[in-house]
Amino acid sequence: MTMRDAFVTSAEEVLTDPRSVLVLADISAAAFAPAAARHPDRVVNVGIREQLMIGVAGGLALTGQRPIVHSYAPFLVERAYEQIKLDLDHQGVGAVLVSIGASYDRAAAGRTHLAPADVSLIDTLDGWTVHVPGHPDEVRPLLRDVVCGTDPAYLRLSTGGNASAYPEAGDLRVVRDAGPGAPLLVAVGPVLDAALHAVADLPVTVAYTHRPRPFDTAGLRALAGGEVILVEPYLAGTSTRVVSDALADRPHRLLALGVGRTELRRYGGPADHDRWHGLDAAGLRRSVDAFLGA
Amino acid sequence: MTTTTATELAALLERVRAGREFGPNVYSTLDVLHVLYDRVLRITPATVADPDRDRFLLSKGHAVAGYYALLAARGFVPVEWLDDQGGPASRLGDHPDRTLVPGVEIGSGSLGHGLGLGVGTALGLRAQGRSDPRVYVLLGDAELDEGANHEAIAYAGATGLANLTAIVVDNRSATHGWPGGAASRFTVNGWTAATVDGHDHDALHAALTGHDHHRPHVVVAAVTDGE
Repeated sequence: MTMRDAFVTSAEEVLTDPRSVLVLADISAAAFAPAAARHPDRVVNVGIREQLMIGVAGGLALTGQRPIVHSYAPFLVERAYEQIKLDLDHQGVGAVLVSIGASYDRAAAGRTHLAPADVSLIDTLDGWTVHVPGHPDEVRPLLRDVVCGTDPAYLRLSTGGNASAYPEAGDLRVVRDAGPGAPLLVAVGPVLDAALHAVADLPVTVAYTHRPRPFDTAGLRALAGGEVILVEPYLAGTSTRVVSDALADRPHRLLALGVGRTELRRYGGPADHDRWHGLDAAGLRRSVDAFLGA
Repeated sequence: MTTTTATELAALLERVRAGREFGPNVYSTLDVLHVLYDRVLRITPATVADPDRDRFLLSKGHAVAGYYALLAARGFVPVEWLDDQGGPASRLGDHPDRTLVPGVEIGSGSLGHGLGLGVGTALGLRAQGRSDPRVYVLLGDAELDEGANHEAIAYAGATGLANLTAIVVDNRSATHGWPGGAASRFTVNGWTAATVDGHDHDALHAALTGHDHHRPHVVVAAVTDGE
């Protein structure tokens, strides 16, 4: 089962609540055909119209419905950014945005289908919860949790991921403890396994979260010594601001790893791009060694 | 329903104006707003949170002076608020904010957002089985330049969104115009349409109540340049 499959199944469940409305722009419409047949007024496919998709979500929320809006990450977040800013935030209403096609999940499709900046862009807004699950089994509880509320939330689904699920890891969860004072590596979502592999023989504590916003700053302060390594599956440095603010009163060094800004103009698959962006185990190890002076 | 006289409305508008120059967009919209609030919309200050109220969404948010004057005339906001429009302590900006002004359904200002929000509102009411309330969205002809409108027009027409009315105040301000008329952009997508004199209150009333309950409806309120 993929994260997308888990989302389809979970969304069908939450649609039993008459408050929920699924808003689509053709992407995944076939997968939701049975749900649309059951709830014709609450599964809305607007066609390939992303501005309308978010506008509709805003209008639905104004009537008290809870919109779940789903498309490919670049079209959901980047193409309709002003609608997210104005039709949701400025109106004082929320929606749950659920993307597929994270970063370079569809690397062979080229730049138009790459969206490593989505979390950065959402992070320009206030009050959003961002979940970046690292395993399909994390999707259902996260979706159910955010749909229950009224606040804005972004769920970023990926074809990448880890061998184990940690559904409760909104707050930082220590996966590997190297003892007090050890460098702390925080892995967000699907990069955990590569990070664990990269530092397997190093005295580095590894903590995991699938919720970069709001970031667990209390957990970070409890776990961090003088060296923090951030590994994120989207633009490198996306959470630098949050980590720096949280540790502003302490001397510390921070290494922020993630997807680079340069347009590579290369196809291949996600594993190739992991390697080119230094997010495979070997690349992460090189960066960590350089940072720790090993 | 009590009505607001043109003289009362002009006096309120003058309080908003406070000596400033208003552009044609303010005056071109005034009659439509007047007819909507006096004769069409089923909204009162007591029902601003009633789920069964009609919704009026001002998409061309810069046409705000007449809007605030009408909201004051109908008792949604205190008349005194008009005297400090745009001031540091004012709730009345140059574009309206729904979280600051009672009776305002959407915050607007960036063009091309109201119709999409209106489609979503109409869908929400339909999902709740509320067949009585109607959603009215006021746009300008130049605002139709924004492509987002055409996403909403096509979708609402294709799905027969019957509880939605768009009103286009056409003061011929679109830089490249709408050859064939603004209404044709809607009717080709299955909307019903009426194009009327934007200053003729009875004609506006007939057009604004002329929907057939099966399809979305557009009223083009035509006004001469500069009015």
